[in-house]
Amino acid sequence: MSRPSLRLAALTVAGVATVAACSGDNSDALHIYSGRHYGSEVAFEEFEEATGIEVEFLVGNDAELRERIAAEGADTEADVYITVDAGNLAAAAEQGLFQPIESAVLDEAIPAELRDPDGLWYGLTIRARTIVYSTERMSLDEVPTTYEELAEPEWQGRVCMRVSSNVYQQSLVASLIATHGGEEALRIVQGWADNAEIVSNDILLLDSIAEGVCDVGLANHYYLGRKLEEDANFPVGLVWANQDDRGVHVNTSGGGVTTHSKHPAEAQQLLEWLATDGQSVLVDANHEYPANPAATPEPLITEAFGTDFVRDDLNAAVFGALNADAVRLMDEAGYD
Amino acid sequence: MQAFGHGGRRSGRSWSWASVAAAVLVVVPVAMLASSILRPRGDVWSQQWSTRLPGELWATAVLLVGVAVGSTVLGAGLAWLTAAYRFPGSRQLGWMMILPLAIPSYILGFLTLSTVGRTGPVQGWWRDAFGDDAWFPPVESMWGAIVTFTLVLFPYVFLLTRAALRDQAAGAYFAARTLGAGPTEAARRVVLPLVRPAIAAGAAVVMMETLTDFATVQYFGVDTVSVGVFRIWRGTYDRDAASEIATVVLAFALLAIGFERVARGRARFGQSGGAGAGIEPRRLAGWRAWAATATCALVVLLAFVGPVVRLAQWAIAEQRSERGTPQLEEYPTYLWHSVQLVIITVVVCIAVAVVIANAQRFGSARLTRAAARASAAGYAVPGPVVGIGVLLTVVGVDSVLERVGLDLPGAVATGSLLVLAYAYAIRFLAPGLGAVEAGIGQVSEEMTASARTLGATPARTMWRIHLPLSRASLITAAVLVGVDALKELPIVLLLRPFGFDTLPVWVYMLVSESRFQQAALPALSIVAVALVPVILLARQLDRPHSTDTPAP
Repeated sequence: MSRPSLRLAALTVAGVATVAACSGDNSDALHIYSGRHYGSEVAFEEFEEATGIEVEFLVGNDAELRERIAAEGADTEADVYITVDAGNLAAAAEQGLFQPIESAVLDEAIPAELRDPDGLWYGLTIRARTIVYSTERMSLDEVPTTYEELAEPEWQGRVCMRVSSNVYQQSLVASLIATHGGEEALRIVQGWADNAEIVSNDILLLDSIAEGVCDVGLANHYYLGRKLEEDANFPVGLVWANQDDRGVHVNTSGGGVTTHSKHPAEAQQLLEWLATDGQSVLVDANHEYPANPAATPEPLITEAFGTDFVRDDLNAAVFGALNADAVRLMDEAGYD
Repeated sequence: MQAFGHGGRRSGRSWSWASVAAAVLVVVPVAMLASSILRPRGDVWSQQWSTRLPGELWATAVLLVGVAVGSTVLGAGLAWLTAAYRFPGSRQLGWMMILPLAIPSYILGFLTLSTVGRTGPVQGWWRDAFGDDAWFPPVESMWGAIVTFTLVLFPYVFLLTRAALRDQAAGAYFAARTLGAGPTEAARRVVLPLVRPAIAAGAAVVMMETLTDFATVQYFGVDTVSVGVFRIWRGTYDRDAASEIATVVLAFALLAIGFERVARGRARFGQSGGAGAGIEPRRLAGWRAWAATATCALVVLLAFVGPVVRLAQWAIAEQRSERGTPQLEEYPTYLWHSVQLVIITVVVCIAVAVVIANAQRFGSARLTRAAARASAAGYAVPGPVVGIGVLLTVVGVDSVLERVGLDLPGAVATGSLLVLAYAYAIRFLAPGLGAVEAGIGQVSEEMTASARTLGATPARTMWRIHLPLSRASLITAAVLVGVDALKELPIVLLLRPFGFDTLPVWVYMLVSESRFQQAALPALSIVAVALVPVILLARQLDRPHSTDTPAP
């Protein structure tokens, strides 16, 4: 490389750096760190229109964004931290990253089991992890009705389950620990491990059932909603788990106001809006159920899955706090 | 080697210190995390050791060896085939071999599974043709992972071997042939030892890339140590425990580096001058020629054309559907951010690499060589680990500065382009440095010495002798770093400023929610952008040897 071309390169970099330094970043805007991606930009835009508050957001992985807020400390730009599962919300609360909110609006909109008892965070959506089955190879009365049943030897080789590194599977196991205690939960998860073919994500799991790799499995309901949206004849159906006892396990995507937020009032306003007027725009595109009972779920899941089912009312803060134990328990059970 | 010429000692020392400083900047963030090992937590180790760690160690070892062997056979074999023989399409196929570099491995994982996996169309046709119980090789397996990684990573071995064949082996090959050795014997006894360092370097790069992956392997159900680190970190929220297990990843990296040192043997880069016109290819005839063509074409088809066609299919289907690709209107912004990041990373990495490589000529040999090895550390660490390390380092520096009354704005300390560039430089210095060192290694030490004796300062020697003579290697270095930086995902996800979304971030937003088809268009655009530098490099490969002569 000759001298002039190196100089040119240096000039280019200086130029690029200057442009980059001057662009973006507006310190007056409400800043959101969000582990939730699909459809959230539309929700934030509508919030801007409704309130005139400007919003900037940064998407990423739940756990890594939490680490970033913790490392940034008082310097953090984040006003709101939004995740896709309760475990990271509980962990953030544990680390002191949230400030408590006193909001009559939120307390009324969000059921008690979907929010932190001290008002540190609020669940905004409902994501049910339930039993899915092949509608081609099984009749409804053959389908297992509880999580525990899937651990029975009769299901050996017929079940697909998602990898242990997935948060939704972890939070389900955490709820088993809360319900049955560690020993019994270990026995159930060992049963799963013996029976199941492990797949890397829920979409692949549903495809595996459709293609005949397995007959039943566990998946979050909205993945099946998405499959049915693409193909109304997709040959997989859903039953709500454990309807005769504690109800189906639900996780929640939610958020809280950060301890070092520079705009706590606006941040609270955003959460309140998302929990009320913003419910539909937040959850509909992704086929989730709204956390606010006053909001109506979108038509596809209402028709295909219904709205009348029993939810496990175990507080999300409880299974969130048990997430680490769940991971270790799956290690011990030999669940991949 | 000692520094000479007037003022040599003093400037020699400043070269040494410059390279040591660079090494320290790289090592500190990595060490911040590794330091947790100094106060080990027995419970974590015993729990992991009694459950998953043994399996993870085994899987990691098998995967690394498998991918290294696969890439070496494929990469070095194809390099020799395309350099030493002529057959129909050999020239075109020769440069097409490096096209797979443009495909990020995180795309190839879901692409492979959804195409040839159990639920993909290929096995669907297979079952239709041969019945539901017809045997098909299990794709969701260690074998599937090894084949996939091999197909995406072999170009590194290919590239380095091709360059070594062209620059170094040709003269020796001809000499051996003139002295009566048959082509096979000449290849085995003369060429192979000469290109061994290049093959070893390529295999080491391939092993590092495989080792630091934690996403693609999971599609195949392969549970490596890196996967374990992330399961502990994200699942138990225990960063200290995760970084302790991460030291096992570092240990594997050291093994890979040690392997490279052993495998390259006593051979070193650096023939006098480096002229050579390349090996004159022999013409293959008949079925051999067609077999060669078919082999190369098959590799290009599997590693590049197939994935691109599949992505294109999805992208078109998505564009025709109602929902379309989300945030398509933001495309120019994402593209511009990606390009900015690539340019900054390339310039920083190459500048630092040039200093470190030159320091080994001008400064203290022991110090500068150690600095060079240490500064490669970041390549052996998974991206998110580098990201967190940099975050903690920068925040630490920020709080020290605050104590002495210098308050950086918060945005500088955390999410800024400066920090992002720093993390990228740590992660990707190694591939750049490798290529730059190889290039400067080809300039004989006598030439450096002559310039210095004639009164040129080290800086002038670098500008006028070293850099012009290693031009080709600098371009290779820039391309390798640039393509890696373009594809990089975990660091940009963690450290970017608000609003600085790039093409890989766009892919992530969709893939992390298993919206693979909707991610096809963004993924395809990464491949398209990466093709620009890759084709530039391919043309470089094809060019006759540089005839630049250094100015007096």
